[in-house]
Amino acid sequence: MSESSAAAHVAHHREGFVRHYIFSTDHKMIGRQFLFAGLFMLVIGGLLAMMVRWQLGYPETPVGFITWMFSEEFWDGESWLAQTMPVGVITSELYNSLFTMHATIMIFFVIMPIMVGAFGNFLIPISIGARDMAFPILNMLSFWTAVPAFILMVISFFVPGGAAGGGWTSYAPLAAVPDYSGVEGPWGVNLWLISLFILGFSSLMGSINYITTLINMRAPGMTWFRLPLFIWSLFIVAILLLLALPVLTSGLAMMLFDRMFGTHFFLPEGGGEPLLWQHIFWFFGHPEVYVLVLPAMGVTSEILPVFARKPIFGYRAMAYSMIAIAFLSWVVWGHHMFQSGMNPALGTAFTLTTMLIAIPSAIKTFNWLGTLWGGSIRFTSPMLFVLGFVFLFTIGGLSGIFMASTPVDIFIHDTYYIVAHIHYVVAGIIFGIFAGIYYWFPKMFGRLMSEGLGKLHFFLTFVFFNLTFFPMHFLGVGGHMRRIYNPLHYEFLAPFQGMNTFITVSALLLGASQIFFVINFVWSLFGGKRATENPWQANTLEWTAPSPPPHGNFVTTPVVYRGPYEYSSPEVEEDWLSQARRLETATSGGGGH
Amino acid sequence: MQSRRGDFILWIVSMVIFLIILYFVDRLMLNPLPEGLSTYAGEIDTVFYVIYYITGFVFLLVSALLVLFLIRYRYKPGQRAIYSHGNAALELVWTAIPAAVFIILFLISQSTWAKIKYRDTMPRGDVEVRVTAKQFQWDVLYPGPDGKFDTADDKTIAGELHVPVNKVVRVYLQAEDVIHSFFVPVFRLKQDAVPGHTIPAWFEATQTGRFEMPCAELCGPGHSGMKGWVTVHTDDEYQQWVQEQWQ
Repeated sequence: MSESSAAAHVAHHREGFVRHYIFSTDHKMIGRQFLFAGLFMLVIGGLLAMMVRWQLGYPETPVGFITWMFSEEFWDGESWLAQTMPVGVITSELYNSLFTMHATIMIFFVIMPIMVGAFGNFLIPISIGARDMAFPILNMLSFWTAVPAFILMVISFFVPGGAAGGGWTSYAPLAAVPDYSGVEGPWGVNLWLISLFILGFSSLMGSINYITTLINMRAPGMTWFRLPLFIWSLFIVAILLLLALPVLTSGLAMMLFDRMFGTHFFLPEGGGEPLLWQHIFWFFGHPEVYVLVLPAMGVTSEILPVFARKPIFGYRAMAYSMIAIAFLSWVVWGHHMFQSGMNPALGTAFTLTTMLIAIPSAIKTFNWLGTLWGGSIRFTSPMLFVLGFVFLFTIGGLSGIFMASTPVDIFIHDTYYIVAHIHYVVAGIIFGIFAGIYYWFPKMFGRLMSEGLGKLHFFLTFVFFNLTFFPMHFLGVGGHMRRIYNPLHYEFLAPFQGMNTFITVSALLLGASQIFFVINFVWSLFGGKRATENPWQANTLEWTAPSPPPHGNFVTTPVVYRGPYEYSSPEVEEDWLSQARRLETATSGGGGH
Repeated sequence: MQSRRGDFILWIVSMVIFLIILYFVDRLMLNPLPEGLSTYAGEIDTVFYVIYYITGFVFLLVSALLVLFLIRYRYKPGQRAIYSHGNAALELVWTAIPAAVFIILFLISQSTWAKIKYRDTMPRGDVEVRVTAKQFQWDVLYPGPDGKFDTADDKTIAGELHVPVNKVVRVYLQAEDVIHSFFVPVFRLKQDAVPGHTIPAWFEATQTGRFEMPCAELCGPGHSGMKGWVTVHTDDEYQQWVQEQWQ
């Protein structure tokens, strides 16, 4: 588009407050909306975890100084607080809701909105040199479709019987028959099902947009193998979601029908099969966990080269390994079901595929190490967090090998060993999210975050994270089951109570440490130092636009001359070389792969 | 160079601290593993140990390299990073070696798995019981002295599984309402009980004693505390118990 028509385009779009901030079709504003929504839910998800840990560390003990809030007298009669937590003690029904909603919220309402909704939306057009997504109105709809889903999930806490308590995996028949749940109303699970049903459509709209945009709207010179690896990860994730979500959505509908309309998809008394739910759920669920982790791997592959001032080690291997993970993710779902009663021969098949899917992840880890080798490493906040990701994901990935082995899984299935594994891999993801926020905050908001607070946040989070979750491996090896309201119900678990209390204290400190992030984020939004175009001296296209970019991102469409990681290139004196910079020398293509 | 020696010393010091921490982690990791009191517990534990030491070694290697590179290749003024895009040979090596390791782990896992879980080759039980899981208890149905189910001398005892030592016990698992999971940590036995299914499991206890039998699959608000007890008797004690129960 020429300069004058670009200016006319911008003038034409002078919008009121509602069109600009609320129903925006600008991918950057939508990205920010997803970010704020996800960060809000992160607080709720974190508080739920604190409550779970409180009950485990101090079973059936009220938190002294707030017990008065839960007494009948205080409210002068019936109150939701007094009913849910009589005399301030977590009941076993509430406990089941706490861990169910903690996981549901973190997975569907924190990680996906932030990684895929916020970073995906904000970065995809800018990183490929486009003015916006292929379908800006669909993009706006994808956010506003998610909003009712968020609202329904939060409301579900306040219905009679409370929020869903069947685990985020919601196995049938427990979750398919309201009577089995032991709570006084069916609407907790019903709303959970409906909320996720709606949320699926939001993601599907996003997937359609991302895939179309990436295929069709890359700037001249931006070939597939010059795309930043984070963008690769989002492309792959969009395809995974497109194919996996309809399966979940169908399963949710089937369970809702069993609950409300008398069908028997999952109920044996009507000819149904409980294991069918597990197959449907995990057929979605396993690609889903790679949807969660691939963007974090992408962020790591993005940020390591910037702060090591070196090209990524093995760009093509990194891209192909993400594709391999995506393909293999469709054929490993049964490893969640080894002990489920399905034919044990399937266990054999799934153990093999699960061992195989570890290979591309191993390759990526070694390539990240290779990126650091020979570098000139700066320890900025984003860099610290991606280094943390590499370390934590290594632990999480290695612990996964134990459960990939069918006989070992006999013992550790449904124990805290699994909980440890889950949290190490998702810790990696949270560290990836923090890295991405520290890294792209200047581009999104035009201001810098405090480096000092960022480093403090990193060190406290890293230490308390490991103190909280590493001991869970020991609990699991001891046979400590998961989703247990009171470990003291079991004599063989009595020796572990001290460890449970230790974990609880660490978890509370981990939660408290996040205050430094909150302060940093909020303060910097309003009072942070103004950011220049490229505070990190990075090569990818987003750093050629102003911070934050205006509507339309680029005055003229950039032209791409090279790959995204040409750091310390011999062609120039500086240790960075933008994808869009035109050099006068004959060789302009060259590296990047 | 002075700084390179300094880097190396810093790395050695951090590795020593790291190894000390790892030593304590190793003690903590293996201590809580309950004693294995069934014939196949040892095999499961062996697979566990093999994986543990392989992954432990990889973890040590990755961490050592990570710390080494962070120290050795930290920013030094005037020093430019090495402009390298990778190394195909290295990629091949660190693809092939993990692949080989994983294939081996698959093979050693598979033989133990088949032995414990495959139904066609499951050992015939010297003693058989049916265990029905329901919210929130285990109902153990004994066929009685006639050894046949669905006869007059069948008896159900809630929460108590009595078996003789050194004999194969076959358990037929059923569930009345929701999915539960039959778990005996000391036998390394776990099998989900699913409504609409009858699922066989087996064990042969190698030591007498009384062991907890928790439920290991979320089954509702009473999941925590849902448990039974396995009592492993000597042959004589077992005969005595049978006599007492079926007088």
